[in-house]
Amino acid sequence: MSHARHTRLSGLEPLVITPETNFVNVGERCNVTGSAAFKKLIKEDRYEDAVEVARQQVANGAQVLDVNMDEGLIDAEAAMTRFLNLIAAEPDIARVPVMVDSSKWSVIEAGLKCLQGKGIVNSISLKEGEDAFLAQARKVRRYGAAVVVMAFDEQGQADTARRKVEICTRAYRLLVDRVGFPPEDIVFDPNIFAIATGIEEHDNYAVDFIEATRELRATLPHCHVSGGVSNVSFAFRGNNVVREAIHSVFLFHAIRAGMDMGIVNAGALPIYDDLDADLRERVEDVVLNRRRDATERLLAIADRYKARKGATAAEDDAWRALPVDKRLQHALIHGIDQHVEADTEEARQACTRPLDVIEGPLMAGMNVVGDLFGAGKMFLPQVVKSARVMKRAVAHLVPYIEEEKARSGDTAKNNGRIVLATVKGDVHDIGKNIVGVVLRCNNFEVIDLGVMVPAQRILDAARAENADMIGLSGLITPSLDEMQHIAKEMQRQGFTCPLLIGGATTSRAHTALKLEPHYKAPVAWVKDASRAVGVAQTLVSRDLAADYVSKMRAEYAEIRERHKDRGPGKRLVPLAQARAQRFRFDGAAYQPPQPAAPGITTFDDWPLADLVPYVDWTPFFQTWELAGRFPAILDDPLVGAQARELHRDAQAMLARIVAERWLTAKAVVGLWPAASVGDDVEVYAAEGDDRGNPVAVLNFLRQQADKPPGRPDFCLADFVAPKGSGVRDWIGAFAVTAGIGIDAHVARFEAAHDDYNAILLKALADRLAEALAEALHAKVRRDLWGYATDESLDNEALIDEKYRGIRPAPGYPACPEHSEKAKLFELLDAPRRAGVTLTESFAMLPTAAVSGYYFSHPESQYFVVGRVTREQVEDYARRKGWSLHEAERWLAPVLDYDPE
Amino acid sequence: MNTLPWKDPARVAALEGAMARRILVIDGAMGTMLQQYRLDESGYRGERFRDGHDASHGHAHHGHACDLKGNNDLLSITQPDIVRAVHRAYLEAGADLIETNTFNSTTISQADYHLEHLVPELNREGARIARLECDAMTARTPDRLRFVLGVLGPTSRTASISPDVNNPGFRNVTFDELAASYREAAEALVEGGSDVIMVETIFDVLNAKAAIFALEEMFDERGWRVPVMISGTITDLSGRTLSGQTAEAFYTSVAHARPLAIGLNCALGATELRAYVDVLAEVADCAVSAHPNAGLPNAFGEYDESPEQMAATLRDFAAAGLLNLVGGCCGTTPAHIAAIAEAVAAFPPRSARARIADAA
Repeated sequence: MSHARHTRLSGLEPLVITPETNFVNVGERCNVTGSAAFKKLIKEDRYEDAVEVARQQVANGAQVLDVNMDEGLIDAEAAMTRFLNLIAAEPDIARVPVMVDSSKWSVIEAGLKCLQGKGIVNSISLKEGEDAFLAQARKVRRYGAAVVVMAFDEQGQADTARRKVEICTRAYRLLVDRVGFPPEDIVFDPNIFAIATGIEEHDNYAVDFIEATRELRATLPHCHVSGGVSNVSFAFRGNNVVREAIHSVFLFHAIRAGMDMGIVNAGALPIYDDLDADLRERVEDVVLNRRRDATERLLAIADRYKARKGATAAEDDAWRALPVDKRLQHALIHGIDQHVEADTEEARQACTRPLDVIEGPLMAGMNVVGDLFGAGKMFLPQVVKSARVMKRAVAHLVPYIEEEKARSGDTAKNNGRIVLATVKGDVHDIGKNIVGVVLRCNNFEVIDLGVMVPAQRILDAARAENADMIGLSGLITPSLDEMQHIAKEMQRQGFTCPLLIGGATTSRAHTALKLEPHYKAPVAWVKDASRAVGVAQTLVSRDLAADYVSKMRAEYAEIRERHKDRGPGKRLVPLAQARAQRFRFDGAAYQPPQPAAPGITTFDDWPLADLVPYVDWTPFFQTWELAGRFPAILDDPLVGAQARELHRDAQAMLARIVAERWLTAKAVVGLWPAASVGDDVEVYAAEGDDRGNPVAVLNFLRQQADKPPGRPDFCLADFVAPKGSGVRDWIGAFAVTAGIGIDAHVARFEAAHDDYNAILLKALADRLAEALAEALHAKVRRDLWGYATDESLDNEALIDEKYRGIRPAPGYPACPEHSEKAKLFELLDAPRRAGVTLTESFAMLPTAAVSGYYFSHPESQYFVVGRVTREQVEDYARRKGWSLHEAERWLAPVLDYDPE
Repeated sequence: MNTLPWKDPARVAALEGAMARRILVIDGAMGTMLQQYRLDESGYRGERFRDGHDASHGHAHHGHACDLKGNNDLLSITQPDIVRAVHRAYLEAGADLIETNTFNSTTISQADYHLEHLVPELNREGARIARLECDAMTARTPDRLRFVLGVLGPTSRTASISPDVNNPGFRNVTFDELAASYREAAEALVEGGSDVIMVETIFDVLNAKAAIFALEEMFDERGWRVPVMISGTITDLSGRTLSGQTAEAFYTSVAHARPLAIGLNCALGATELRAYVDVLAEVADCAVSAHPNAGLPNAFGEYDESPEQMAATLRDFAAAGLLNLVGGCCGTTPAHIAAIAEAVAAFPPRSARARIADAA
């Protein structure tokens, strides 16, 4: 199998566009035709300031930088060359690919001659006929760039959907068939024109674009669709609230239709769901051309949005009468952030240096917090709230400190510097963020690189920042492998700083066996966030480190010894014996139920309010390291008070999430005819009931435990009727998310230095996704599959799994191999129907997502596959079409042998 | 499709066939070997340039008062027997592919010696004598064909880096100048009998893109192609080229050349190069090559990694399935190449395997 045809672009760093890449932001501000400010800078020869515009675009999230110098009074070729040469010298700009934007071919060519990376030409078209088009396309290829093709031909620019599709299709065939242009390097711009202009012919322009996009993406393989979004709202110049609302609504629909790239001002895009409902409805009428008076109705309310409102109330208390030092301390310990800026300012004015506020009252307060946390008298949610207060206070002081530093050259000292990252392929970051917060509270400087961070970027950052430590986090099993890769790389590249390992799948044993032997400097497994501070402080301490490290090394060495001597431990039986002892599907005694709704069922927008009763709160408290089962935890003598407060905050936020629709919940279910063949399950098309040709073959693993007779060695395939048994059985699958729309809210909290609410929101979204999985499973049992129409269980009974059937998820104990998720997603068309995609390591995005299989057999049950022998791994590799090495890599956590 | 035919389809088929069967070995350093002859100024000049000018060139050229010592490429003309002896030593050590002695044979680099007019001859002769030695070796052991890699070096200038720190937008060479210079060299390399054009020691990927542009224009006008190999240089442990690209970005930027192989050479030893070869092996759709230096330079600027050390490291590369082609750069000798050839012989070449994520 060859590589998938992903679009690969580059600046100093690569940008790979995959089907999972939702939307590529092209920064629009370095454009003299679109930005008056930028034009002024170029005309006045202020290139240094123009470079700053580019820098801001990239800093604000532009993944590609559009550059356009088309202006009558500017020598566009010279300006393009000069500007591109200048930004080539700025690594933080040059890291992204450039889109060379001009209507003049000579300017495009001048730009291409300055790009060492693979950029994008914007644009070429059939305007001057096929010969010119083909010649330019060949040149673009020779310069090594991708290309934007405008829907423009000899007759003019296309305005209807039909013409757009016709021209783009013709261009595609010429490029692919005649030039040999890679189809993944073709981006169509089917022309975004202004709507709501008062001219009736313009009313359908947005719809035409959206319809053309849908058609192009469906019929022209591997291509992309882009456009200049701000054109669409041109009629509302001067009213940015309405303009941005139009952009947001337009993009919402265009992206759903398949638009996957766009020239936008990434910093000024409100979230579709955040728009005022009245405004959104009227904008939607205009964009979708839903009523004749749409434009008048939008104009009628447009002026209302020229100004904005704000301001909230605050509460007061007795502690407000204390001196300012005490007030800050109180605010820190109690996590109250209402007055922190004013108090910090007051303290600053009383101190000689702004730094004194941090080193004085703020650190004193945080020390109390640290002590209480260390003594188990404060709990994680409180510490995270304290950190929020601290962060806001520091943010207030930073400008003054910078000023002071510039004057005196004095710098603050901290405990140490740590680079944190969730490793490549993994997207889970709640735990990592909590660790970051806790370390910051304890005066560590934390450089958080985010999620899905490639090894080399982590190491580059650690070197650039001269980090004292690197902390890696991961939740899914493939991340264990990536961590090993990083440990090896650190050794190879001569690192000597300690490596901290954390995250749900990591373990002391994994660290001892798979990481420590590869890296000579200390490798510390950190069990949970509350241990992170102790470990980090010890490792940077001159007095304590050596002792701690030698103890830790001895402990890891012992684990390795034990592992070596473990011998057969629990003996595993040969695969044939395990299979002989499988769970017997008795086709004579049991007839599987036939589903009421076979095939795919999609739920576009599951009402959040319906999910609240299904929330399982126990894991929510575990996220915050509060141990205990809900609801008993609320009355726990030790953590009860904290649990109640956290629960109250969670309930309040949950109410807002529901009322203000912060999140969208989507689900997709599929029910298909199926039959087991050995340890595989063949899945057949739902229509026609053709049981000859499977549309997919699911591969499962079997227990190989040495069990007494009568106790089966389970494999999930056992719960489906065997092929040839004459019994017509079915299998189901699902994918759900409650995380759509979360990013903007998390970003909003983080921008306000509010990690507490950011983490709270992520934790709640996770719970809602699990709740949706529970609710959906109930619906499947009662309606869609319909084998338990009269089931009625309360939430507690649901949590205890007192129903018939199971929903195991790939990557979990009954089917521990993650890559099977890809089949499930393809069967379900989950990216399109549920908005959930997979990373290269098969983590789901958004992170608040659940997927799995449905089995209906009354005796189906959860089990742990446990360890498997090399014999089964070889068998599995054969079934998957993998090499043994690949199979061992993916099954690493369950291997019963050392693959080396 | 508009794919042109190969100039010599039989040779390309033979090369591809050999690449499918085993890891092929590229030769080692030319400069290191030439140093051992301790040639002085008159040694470099030979008969033809003895009197300070080009005796076989009709009219006087200015400035041949300048030293020619150190212009290694000139030896293909003035001391062809020495260059041939080096090629022969590498072939006898087990090299399948010989790099022409043309690293600086572009008008841009030869301008330092005022010998721009020699560029076609340097490339043609460089290719011709490499081919003579390859064919002679194959005549002795006909079971293996040997191939000539016509080398296009990086030139002495960079298209995307300013030589003036105070003026970051300034450039002392343009894309068009580079393309013209590479074109002239490439024509003569092919004419002299190169089987493959290898764009190598790429510090600045924009230079390489100019070379690719020139090659594609040449192919189009001639109506045939020759295979192209591309090898970049990660300059230090930052993992970037001198012009700032990561290994993956480098591959992405030159993939449009549809190279027969992509790889890395020079600047680092095999140990330091490993992480970046890993990256290429992961992303590249074509073959992967590596010809590292014999370790990092010591305090005296010498390379002192032994053949055994270097071969042991590269054996690990081969065992990890990273390699299709392997050889040596600065500081390597026939002894290194012999040790490397032996070390990798037991391992199959990297197969352009699907990445695990695509395999599900």
